[in-house]
Amino acid sequence: MSNIFCSSIGKKLLMSLAGIFLCVFLLVHLGINLMLLRNDGGEVFKLCVEFMTTNILIKIVEPVLFLAFLIHMIWAAILQVQNWMARPSKYAVTNHSQSSFFSKYMIHTGIIIFAFLVLHFVNFYFVKLGLTSPAQGVNPVEGEHDFYNMAINLFTQPVYSVIYIAFFIFLGFHFNHAFQSAFQTFGLNHKKYTPAIKFIGLAYSILVPAGFAIIPIYFMFFWK
Amino acid sequence: MDFTLKIWRQDGPEAKGKFVTYQIKNISHDCSFLEMLDQLNEQLVDKIEKPVCFDHDCREGICGMCSLYINGRPHGNDSGITTCQLHMRKFKDGDTIVIEPWRAKAFPIIKDLVVSRTAFDKIIQEGGYVSINTGGVPDGNAIAISKVDSDLAMDAAQCIGCGACVAACKNASAMLFVSAKVSQFALLPQGKPEAKERVEKMVAKMDELGFGNCTNTGACEAECPKEIKLTNIARLNREFYAAKLS
Ligand code: HEM
Ligand code: SF4
Ligand code: FES
Repeated sequence: MSNIFCSSIGKKLLMSLAGIFLCVFLLVHLGINLMLLRNDGGEVFKLCVEFMTTNILIKIVEPVLFLAFLIHMIWAAILQVQNWMARPSKYAVTNHSQSSFFSKYMIHTGIIIFAFLVLHFVNFYFVKLGLTSPAQGVNPVEGEHDFYNMAINLFTQPVYSVIYIAFFIFLGFHFNHAFQSAFQTFGLNHKKYTPAIKFIGLAYSILVPAGFAIIPIYFMFFWK
Repeated sequence: MDFTLKIWRQDGPEAKGKFVTYQIKNISHDCSFLEMLDQLNEQLVDKIEKPVCFDHDCREGICGMCSLYINGRPHGNDSGITTCQLHMRKFKDGDTIVIEPWRAKAFPIIKDLVVSRTAFDKIIQEGGYVSINTGGVPDGNAIAISKVDSDLAMDAAQCIGCGACVAACKNASAMLFVSAKVSQFALLPQGKPEAKERVEKMVAKMDELGFGNCTNTGACEAECPKEIKLTNIARLNREFYAAKLS
């Protein structure tokens, strides 16, 4: 029988698996970022960054993470283009069948996430790779990357912080549909567990973006 | 009741279509939507104009032939009914009603509001049946089936193949239809022997015919006249993985 991943359901499965992996990754990322809020001059945060950049396990997971992003985005794009092609002539009256609101805008919120990802890479990851240099005076020691100062430098700029917070609102919209949708794609729909999955998805889509957004708010208004 | 109708007119599959506006007067509250169109057609025929083509057969919600996208909703502004079960009392006097055909690449327009749903037949031909040897009638109670499963199978078997799920879906996906047709057999012992082959072939056909991919938006469930549930799509996914992995 033909390969599972050539079918529509298989492509969805691959994309959902990648998506759920990204959800887990983001939780870890949030945990580390929240360490910025400790008033310790970045001691714990730096320890975490140190761990993330040197630990062998993380080094192994890193390429998987890139792969997950790539798979999720490429397969999302393929599926979306096929979906547009499946209705070549549009309805004159826009459909208003009752459906999950955020599900209609997954590609749009996805593209916003992608745009932010590029910005995020330019700001942090490319610095690590030596492709871009951080703002002046951020890296006190030549050859060492001070992500703590880099983050504070960005978060104390209102324009960056506003973009950052706005982005997380859109990420929340993406999650709002994504989390429970992935479980349906896995084939898990059960009258006992599905309400719980939907609740976790909703909580995730509110709490995770809120957790990220607290950090620039803290640095803009409460940090001295 | 009086209405302004904006109806999609298209002479043939390749022809360019357009909306044509008609006025219709003195329609009874109790008139069904299709009877209202019948009256319009009588007026058109009297004026020696071409009547509006639309699909219908049983006019009691069991055959799945009627298929109109009315003011942005397949089968009109009500739930759990087909177009033939829609009544004019659901509208307000003086309303403008826009009537379109189902729109999907896999459902090409034949004429006016009539679309070809042959794609569904092709999917069924791939395994939407059980092969039974002819012979004596088997004892109905010879195989015990749990009430829960038989109820779920009967619910899935309610699907009349109207295509409203495809029409409503922003991706023109046929997953609700295919999931109902797979589920009605997957839940019963009689369907088990051919289950693996059935789900693989029906999904492959569905993909080949140009239906979109499901993104779990739920519009299909909301519009299905037989209220087929999304849980069937989850079952289809499970059946599909089980078949592919075995
Ligand atoms: C941190 C980043 C991201 C996470 C955690 C994430 C997570 C998810 C998850 C779990 C799903 C559900 C899969 C399913 O419905 O079965 C999903 C769907 C989707 N994602 Fe993402 N995603 C992310 C980034 C992106 C990006 C960058 C794009 C765009 C290029 C994108 C586009 C989509 C699309 C189009 C869908 C399909 C919607 C649907 O199935 O209804 N996502 N995402
Ligand atoms: S699942 Fe519902 S909407 Fe789709 S074809 Fe069957 S009866 Fe019609
Ligand atoms: S005409 Fe048979 S279901 Fe409407």
